Amino acid sequence: MYRYDHFDQAIVDARVAEFKDQVGRRLRGEITEDQFKPLRLMNGLYLQLHAYMLRVAIPYGTLSGTQMRMLAHIARTYDRDYGHFTTRQNIQYNWIKLEQFSDLLDDLSKVEMHAFQTSGNCIRNISSDQFAGAAADELADPRPYAELLRQWSTLHPEFSFLPRKFKIAVIASDTDRAAIQLHDIGLQLRTNAAGALGFRVYVGGGMGRTPIIGQIVRDFIPVAQFLSYCEAILRVYNRYGRRDNIYKARIKILVSELGIAEFTAQVEAEWAELEPLGLDAPQAEYDRIIAQFAAPAFDPAAPDTLDLSDPDFAVWVAQNVHAHRAPGYAIATISLKPKGGIPGDASSAQMDVIADLAERYAHDEIRVTHSQNLVLAHVRKADLYAVWQGLDAAGLATPNLDMVTDIIVCPGMDYCTLANARSIPIAQRIAAKFEADVAAQQDIGELKIKISGCINGCGHHHAGHIGILGVDKKGEEAYQLLLGGSGAEDASLAKILGPGFDENGIIEAVDKLIDFYRSARTAPDERFLDTYRRLGPAPFKAAVYG
Amino acid sequence: MDNQDQQAVAGAVPPALDDAPARLRYRSDAPFESPIAPLADFLAANGSGGNFAAVRIDPGDDVRALLPHLGRLKLVEIAFPKFRDGRGYSSARILREAGFGGEIRAAGDVLVDQLGFMRRVGFDSFAPDAPLDPVVVAATFARFPYVYMKAADGLAPVWALRHG
Repeated sequence: MYRYDHFDQAIVDARVAEFKDQVGRRLRGEITEDQFKPLRLMNGLYLQLHAYMLRVAIPYGTLSGTQMRMLAHIARTYDRDYGHFTTRQNIQYNWIKLEQFSDLLDDLSKVEMHAFQTSGNCIRNISSDQFAGAAADELADPRPYAELLRQWSTLHPEFSFLPRKFKIAVIASDTDRAAIQLHDIGLQLRTNAAGALGFRVYVGGGMGRTPIIGQIVRDFIPVAQFLSYCEAILRVYNRYGRRDNIYKARIKILVSELGIAEFTAQVEAEWAELEPLGLDAPQAEYDRIIAQFAAPAFDPAAPDTLDLSDPDFAVWVAQNVHAHRAPGYAIATISLKPKGGIPGDASSAQMDVIADLAERYAHDEIRVTHSQNLVLAHVRKADLYAVWQGLDAAGLATPNLDMVTDIIVCPGMDYCTLANARSIPIAQRIAAKFEADVAAQQDIGELKIKISGCINGCGHHHAGHIGILGVDKKGEEAYQLLLGGSGAEDASLAKILGPGFDENGIIEAVDKLIDFYRSARTAPDERFLDTYRRLGPAPFKAAVYG
Repeated sequence: MDNQDQQAVAGAVPPALDDAPARLRYRSDAPFESPIAPLADFLAANGSGGNFAAVRIDPGDDVRALLPHLGRLKLVEIAFPKFRDGRGYSSARILREAGFGGEIRAAGDVLVDQLGFMRRVGFDSFAPDAPLDPVVVAATFARFPYVYMKAADGLAPVWALRHG
């Protein structure tokens, strides 16, 4: 894991001091709320329905046990004893008081954490693959490049007043676990014909009210130059992205309006200006950061077998454990979608349990996933049963990864000022139908349901195999039904199936869809998404609307 | 490139060579005052033998139109009608990247919390609509001991400090 040196710490400390000063000037009335708003947003502080919401940055979703324990402390001390892990691999607290905010920031900075650039029209926290450094199929650990991006984008003087927010994701596998084609910039590490390391660069992907899949702006940029190339993309966006309409201000609209060929030409021309200026970090800096992400010393003698005699453990292993690249090790996903729970929420006590287990059994590393779950990436198979027992005792061993009850959901009208409809209760009602029946969930297999409470799409409904969108219909909550989305390497956008529903109607419709799928699939391993792609929407529509 | 008068030490408080209470200026040459032409007028006058030495860039203007004329310019004023519109940051940095050593002034809705970013992209004078508290201004410029990335102010990023 990356550890701050004194330079990093000094910058974070200065930033905390700066924001404390800004809060002080706001509280004394020296700046208006309009002037304060972008300042607090760039420090992760939103004014929500009931209180201030704070979003803490978890760079590329990686944190240590010590950091997780601090997140628990913050939930316990400043909030209502829980936190909410987000689709951007961050954590949100929903009940923060402005007058306690300085102390909270001090606590965070003690463990090399902060809330910078988790909001606002700037380059946001960088996201990555939750299996980084552990996945069998990756070319190299993508996180050193995410860290280079983190440093390059922190307090960037030219790009802190962009037309709109800007999200970058980095992966290093052909399997996309970070939805890079739905980011403003998506970077996939790869090698060229000569064997050199570089990135394929996607640009202009995004969800929200105008969902678009990213396009390739460059098939290969050498790793040594990817920061200046990103700088060129950002400069074209900062200069020419639309500022006349907040709903057309993301880079995806600029790319669409210019066309990818013209956009690419402008980026290449800008890069020709920027590349000679020596903006890229030197190899020594790459080497320094890469060394900090060196894999733990895996035990070559670790037994590569598992005792699956406990049937509950066996179910969890089958669903929540992935192959690790080192023999004798495994990747364990901790579901934050328990029976009756709020997707993505964890209590302080649960966070402490996870911190303990990570320190004891998982080389002191925890990852946050964009599906709002957590991962212990390096667990000896011999320790997996003990890990499962620890998780199970804390209500964290729900065996439902990527299944019908593993639902991505935004906070919705229960918390959010933008929402048109509640989303959490919809997820809970859908899940309730299947929670008790693990066998039925296994029979249905991989099914990604994603729910947003408004058109802004924080619940990724466009990327759901089944997507649900809450809308306002003449003052009543209503729900649109979309099918066929994917945020993975086979990225696709879900399409509306037909007329919307009320709350009971959407629950019934999901039931009918699942029943139809189970009757129509040609093989047990044909996923819902595969059946939909094979048959098209018509039979699904007939099944729902009769 | 004639900007050696700019402070290239992070955290140092540049001397305020201020000639007007509402204006901040961080240059050692004499203040230059003359009519400031909008870009379109400047370019038109240039074609007809006009001789403006100061020009204003509005957010939608392409600052690169000035690049053939930098030698005759002493002042480029970049307008910020709304502080949220960040196009002027790119405009200033493009001028410095092209070697412009004259004054670059941020004018309009310029707030104290933007000054640090603005100095980094090459602004060296400020004409804010609302006066700024000099104590807060000084604290702002002294705030950050290091920077992560190169910009137009000559500061060495931390990767350069780390690796000498």
